[in-house]
This record gives sequence, C-alpha cells and structure tokens, in this order.
Amino acid sequence: MRKSLDENKPIFLQIKEQLEDSIIDGNMKAGERVPSTNEFAAYYKINPATAAKGINELVSESILFKRRGVGMFVTEDAKEILIKKYKKSFYNNYVLPLKNEARKLRINENELMEMVKREDNQ
Amino acid sequence: MKIEVRNLSKKYKDNHALKNISFNLEEPKIYGLLGRNGAGKTTFMDILSGQILASDGQILIDGENPFDNQRLTESICLIKEGHNFRKDLKVKNVLKIYSFFYPNWDQDLAEALIKEYNLNLNSKVKTLSKGMESALGITVGLASKAPITIFDEPYIGLDAPSRKKFYEIMLEEYQAEKRTIIFSTHLIDEVSLLFEEVLILQEGSLILQEESEILRDNTVAVSGTIEEVEAFLSDKEVIEKKQLAGMMTAYVYGNMEEAKMQGLHVEGIPIQELMIYLTERKKGA
Repeated sequence: MRKSLDENKPIFLQIKEQLEDSIIDGNMKAGERVPSTNEFAAYYKINPATAAKGINELVSESILFKRRGVGMFVTEDAKEILIKKYKKSFYNNYVLPLKNEARKLRINENELMEMVKREDNQ
Repeated sequence: MKIEVRNLSKKYKDNHALKNISFNLEEPKIYGLLGRNGAGKTTFMDILSGQILASDGQILIDGENPFDNQRLTESICLIKEGHNFRKDLKVKNVLKIYSFFYPNWDQDLAEALIKEYNLNLNSKVKTLSKGMESALGITVGLASKAPITIFDEPYIGLDAPSRKKFYEIMLEEYQAEKRTIIFSTHLIDEVSLLFEEVLILQEGSLILQEESEILRDNTVAVSGTIEEVEAFLSDKEVIEKKQLAGMMTAYVYGNMEEAKMQGLHVEGIPIQELMIYLTERKKGA
C-alpha cells in the first residue's frame, strides 16, 4: 500500500492500478479479499465514491467479484487477464519512451539492442 | 435532499454578488464550493440556509423555499468562519440549544468531538480562542447530522492536526450516513480528495460544475517544444499556457493518453491549480 496518492492523476485509477499491481506481483492471490471501499477511503482520506469507482471497474473487468455482504474478492483468472492487458500496453508505456530517449541521446538501434540483451549485473 | 438553484441573483446596492446562476445538487455528496474572495460563495450559502433572501430567482430544497421555513431550517446546518454562537453562552449551553434544534442531533459524537478538541464545557464562547471557537463550530456542524450541512471556511485559527482530525471525522460520518455536505474553503489542496463534485464561482457566476474525478481525467498539463505543444492544442480548449526557452507548458481540456501518444510530457492538474487558472483566465475575458 502506498503512503499517499498523487493528485495529478485520477484517484480511482490509482486505486485500480494499485490493486492490479498487487495481483500481478502475487501479493494478492485468487480468492483473497481486497480492502473495501470504506477501508480505501479511510486510509487515503478520499471520497468513498471515488474508491468505489476504481473497485467497480475491476469488477466489470472480471478482476474482482462481489460476495454480497462479505466483500470483494480476487477472481480465479485475475492475474492472467491483467498480464494480457498489461502486455498490450507494454510497447506504448515502456518501449516507445525508451526509443524516444535513445534517439535523443543518439543511441542507435544496435547499441540499444545490445543494452536490452545485456545480462544484468546481478 | 435535492437542491435546485434557479436564476438566482443577489444584489447589494450596486454590487451583484450573484448573477443569475442555475444548477442542481441532486444527491447527497460532498461538494466543494470554490472561488476567489468575493466570488459569491458566502452569499449563496446564506441564501441556501434561509438566512437571507434572494433579489431574484430562487433556491428550492425538495421543492420548497428555505426562507422562514421551519421544516427546512432544521434540516440545514450552516457553520461559518466565525460568530456562529452568542458570545455569552457557555459551550455546554450551545450544545444544548443545537441539540433541541436539530432532530438528528448526535450527542455522543458531540461529546467525542468536545473531548478530541479539548473544549471546556463550562467556558463561555467569548473566552475561546479563534481555533477553539472553530472547533466548537465543527462539533456542532458534524453532530447536527443535518441532511444539508454547510461549512463555510469553518476552521480559522485551527491548527493542521485539528483540521486533519476534522476531515477524518467528516469522512467517517459521511461513510456511516450519506448527507449533503457543501464545503467552501481556500485550503483546497487539503480537502480536494474528499470532494465528489466541484463547483467554481467567479464574480457571481457559476463557471464550472463537475465531478472531481472527471476533472482529473479530462484536464492535463502538457509540456514540450513550442511546436509540439501547439500542434497538440490545435483542436482543444486551452486554459493557460506559458513558455520558457523554446519549451511550452499548456493547461488544456484533453486526455492524458492522447498527449502521451504524441510524445509530450503529461501531468494532471490538481483542483487547486485548476481553480487558480480558471478564475484568472475568466477575469480578463
């Protein structure tokens, strides 16, 4: 859980992304209960409707499901769905900025490929 | 309770405090009512709470006019930045009076807040410091449990930890039971995450009413070279732009993803900043 939220971005998106991250990282597993709207609202001091918006989007994307009177839980397929979704945006979010920065620094394609292939030091 | 504002105007001699404003507050939400000094916020809240009459137009609460309306007055609690209570009353008498007036009064909550803020029940209002008097106002406002609770800059002199406590308890109360809370303040950064909907007044007119998340989603600050930014701006409504050394930052109505795709540096705009740019822009226009 992050300490605070960034007011420069829609708050519901940050709630959503935080849960998505926890699921992809494996910190939240299938069948586990996620914090409720009220818990998020109290923790971050945000409007409960805002927290609900983030959580409801995850429900509509089949990442979470609702058990009436009990709470929200991670679905069986959540992790797979999310990995698929994030793979799609990987090029735009990571590769494109990488290429732009490389161009600025006059790093050519070969050099860039070499760096991508380079074994990490650790 | 549903609040309908219809062609509302208020004139003080030659000064038009409100100029023909119309909008609805449909649901119990936490509303942020923002604007510069003299924008008409306080006038609006005074009319809403039935304390003064409009010059023209009207406010209807569940279809009724709040002025001189007993049933509505006990559903509305307005806490202002000072002079909320008679100076010669003791704190405990203030609480007693309000507990008789508001049918939903929560005595337990009032006592908890009095304790939280270290108020002495036997002190007279006139002996309280500014911060203490504000704490008493907050206590009454929250404990009234009025379906329409209005806070007009309620915490003059109140220190940061006490304000934080106030936000926390307000949120708790709102979660426990939804009610319409209209919150007007200049310390926007502190509370903007609590607002579900934002209204901005400027020189007596309503210049914006929007859900705060939609605002965060649809306004961006983009930076890049002047040509890049200008190209992005071509089909958009610009709020403000500034440039330095061949680089430009523009505040626009637009979508983050789109700006990112064009290789621009993109940031959101906090509500406080948005309010500043919007009200500066409209001033000269």
